[in-house]
Amino acid sequence: MTRGLLSWGRYPARPQQTRPVHWRDDIRTALQTTSGPTLPFGNGRAYGDSCLAVSGQVIHMRPADRIIAADWTTGIMRAEAGITLAEILEHAVPRGWFLPVVPGTSHVTLGGAIANDVHGKNHHRRGTFGCHVRAFELVRSDAEPLVCSDKAHGDIFRATIGGLGLTGIISWAEIALMPVASVAVETVTQRFDTLDDFFILAEQRDSAHEYGVAWIDCMATGRQRGRGIYIAADHAAASACATPPAHRFSIPFTPPVSLVNSLTTRIFNPVYWRRASPAGTRETVHHVPFFQPLDGIGNWNRLYGRQGFQQFQCVVPDKTAPGVIANLLDTVASTGLASPLTVLKRCSDIASPGLLSFPMKGVSLAIDFPQSPGLATGLLPRLDAIVHAAGGRLYPAKDAHMSAAHFQAAYPGWKTLEHHRDPALKSRFWERVST
Amino acid sequence: MKRILVIGATSLIASQCARIWASQHADLVLVARNAGRLQSVADDLLARGARSAACLTFEASDLPSHTELVQSLFAGGAPPDIILLAHGELPDEAACDADPAHAARQFTVNATSTIALVAAIASQLKQHGKGTIAVVSSVAGDRGRASNAHYGAAKAAVTVFCDGLRARLRHTGVHIMTVKPGMVATPMTAGLTMPGWLVADPARVARDICHAIDRRRAVIYTPWWWRWIMRVIRLVPEPLFVRLRL
Repeated sequence: MTRGLLSWGRYPARPQQTRPVHWRDDIRTALQTTSGPTLPFGNGRAYGDSCLAVSGQVIHMRPADRIIAADWTTGIMRAEAGITLAEILEHAVPRGWFLPVVPGTSHVTLGGAIANDVHGKNHHRRGTFGCHVRAFELVRSDAEPLVCSDKAHGDIFRATIGGLGLTGIISWAEIALMPVASVAVETVTQRFDTLDDFFILAEQRDSAHEYGVAWIDCMATGRQRGRGIYIAADHAAASACATPPAHRFSIPFTPPVSLVNSLTTRIFNPVYWRRASPAGTRETVHHVPFFQPLDGIGNWNRLYGRQGFQQFQCVVPDKTAPGVIANLLDTVASTGLASPLTVLKRCSDIASPGLLSFPMKGVSLAIDFPQSPGLATGLLPRLDAIVHAAGGRLYPAKDAHMSAAHFQAAYPGWKTLEHHRDPALKSRFWERVST
Repeated sequence: MKRILVIGATSLIASQCARIWASQHADLVLVARNAGRLQSVADDLLARGARSAACLTFEASDLPSHTELVQSLFAGGAPPDIILLAHGELPDEAACDADPAHAARQFTVNATSTIALVAAIASQLKQHGKGTIAVVSSVAGDRGRASNAHYGAAKAAVTVFCDGLRARLRHTGVHIMTVKPGMVATPMTAGLTMPGWLVADPARVARDICHAIDRRRAVIYTPWWWRWIMRVIRLVPEPLFVRLRL
């Protein structure tokens, strides 16, 4: 309670003092009474420093978690920004509705999902979370609360989607859900041997399935480089049944050193890869273990020890993607720094309303690295340079290191966001990349 | 379907209890001071499955208005199955010391109003021969401490009154349950410095309360280990206790 909140990667270790907001009518006062640049903080699932305020004092939005209105005939839902996507699904799924875009964890808040314009395994069908936001109210320190939508205050609406919480504080948002027939998803899991196979599989499967994602063995080199497991999925028909995951296991404390290291990864990866069939296995599973496999382990970030970890997530344009991804994987494998959490997926050209939205038509690679002194000076700058040269970009929600030059080249809309930024709000991330 | 009356419905503990009852499709009547905030609680509960959520505003310190409030609450048909009283404030101890009127007003909000309402509601329920009144008191009422003498005194009054009324109502079908939460992360305690490992999540406290109501328990501590902490605290000899300045 008094120790302060950290970002999900626990790096940089800048504990944030919190000013909890329980009521929507309390946000304005909170904004006007903080000393120094603050920031809205949701459930702390941003990995790097985009959720850390320059002043070290954040406005904690998680307690404001009420549903304002839910129309279960049309699937339109309005809720306070602090509600998590898991809580929305808990009420929506039994009534036949699902979030059209679900990221890899459902423990993000509604406000956070908009501020980072999160995407899921179905970007090729539904685009980003921001594509399904109908309206929201934005509370600023220097103006009356604004209800923004595509039509009303459209420029601020677009700047706020993917706006990293800088344009004001979202008090509530209205989103459109999508109908589903069952709590289950039908998955096809198939292992592949090379990176080329990934591109062939993704091309075939994406047109036929709602969801598609690949796990990559980032330790494999030579001819095996890029081997992994492709999972395609669709929502199941009404007749399908699946039971929700049983008891949730939680990491009780933070070990002094990372339990995820090159040794454990070298042991885990080949075993995990071989477990999947090369021919493809069909399964019907509950939606939670499919969309959020790691949500079953509470506080899994603690496995990386007190030093924490950093995630590198980039997207690179389609045309050169095979070569660029191969280059990135080779660079990572040559250092031996990595973890089992390496994910590859395709993004489409579905445009987000968001000004600083991350996905672009191409391929996205995400790799977790246990924090080590060599990361910031050695590996990450090399990876950044490859992405920058290829015309790709890094994901601010995961970032704790990208340079101002790379950021400004990759997100030309940043000046417009700076123009719309509430003067009372500034993250450590924004301080780094906007100067 | 359960009919449930919640007084102090905008309190975090009460609204978390109400979410549990909403998921059981209860009919809810919600009473609180701030009409706008109460409405947002009611909207949330309706979306979460409550069959109905009626709102009434009241001012705890305005004792004469309670008669009318209780009459209107019991005017229409069948009485509620469960009544939860959860309103209260954490007084500024220094301000209470400095201003007797302020101290008296705080005592009215935290003790007198609760006692008056419980008494009035109990006599209504007695006519129907059933119902459970759950009253949120506090571990603070178990022994006066240096840090919250005014608050503790009010909660002690509530606890003792509930003990007495429970005994008096034996064999009437009406049950009084005393709830003694420990430290809970709520807006009321937001300004306090509390040891993180001792602070409970309001949703957990609410689960304990709803579970205990179903089991017709008499006095509950939530989380449960506060029963043992308070037992030890009550055993500390007075000369030592005053030195501890807890």
